[in-house]
Amino acid sequence: MKKTTCLAAYGVLAALALVLGYLETLVPVFFAVPGMKLGLTNLVVLVALYRMDARAAVTVNVVRIALNAMLFGTAVSLWYALAGGLLSGAVMIALKRTGRFQPLTVSVAGGVAHNAGQIAVAMLVMQTAAVAWYLLALWASGIAAGAVIGLLGSRLIERLPRTEGSMA
Amino acid sequence: MKLKKPDLLLLSALAAGGLLLGSALALGRSEGAVVVVRVSGETVAEFSQNRDAVYRIEGANGAENTLVIEDGQVWLEDASCPDRLCVRQGCIRHAGESILCLPNEVTVQIEGEADGSAGLDVVAS
Repeated sequence: MKKTTCLAAYGVLAALALVLGYLETLVPVFFAVPGMKLGLTNLVVLVALYRMDARAAVTVNVVRIALNAMLFGTAVSLWYALAGGLLSGAVMIALKRTGRFQPLTVSVAGGVAHNAGQIAVAMLVMQTAAVAWYLLALWASGIAAGAVIGLLGSRLIERLPRTEGSMA
Repeated sequence: MKLKKPDLLLLSALAAGGLLLGSALALGRSEGAVVVVRVSGETVAEFSQNRDAVYRIEGANGAENTLVIEDGQVWLEDASCPDRLCVRQGCIRHAGESILCLPNEVTVQIEGEADGSAGLDVVAS
């Protein structure tokens, strides 16, 4: 892929991720526990990981998080988002690299890692282990959300052509 | 898409991790905790979490919140504040959890028996 095409592709994917993340906030389905969400954004990251490469997935994710923080977030929410996004990205890349796991499994592990990363930041910020209870709820919701995203993502990955994602 | 053995192994490991976490938390939870009600940082009432109770909290500026303790669950049933976020927050039941009502300056916190100092640092100022 040419450098310009690649830049455009990253931009479009980051924009898509941003919009999906915003749409999700309009539907407060899981009101009970702060942080519980479907993680539609991760659909874009997952597909980028499988149909482009790790670099595309990380770039799209980081750009999306940075934009989201500037548009809707605060200095604090940026750290939560980064911790979750980077940890989940790292876990998914590592699992995919082993070549043993289906996208569904990778997505579920990513969902759990995302929420675990956020709780870790919460423990640091609030200096308390009391948030451990949230980890339980978020662990379960991470599995569920990861499974939904993984199912959707698998379908997309089957249908989309493989694209050379890196700027060589 | 077909899940193979490594997938199933990892997925069950994740599920087992969640169950383990849940049981560890359930076992490690402090029993016989105390429900502490504070208004503007001053402790106004303390209750045993194990005894059912209904209490009218007199918040700042004549505001009112109704605290209910039932079967170890603690929640605010009603509040005079405009947003009523404290009511919508629902139940708490574990040591360390709290319900806040910012407009009425009311906090309801569950403290473990051994861990009574948890909220004191905040009040000390």
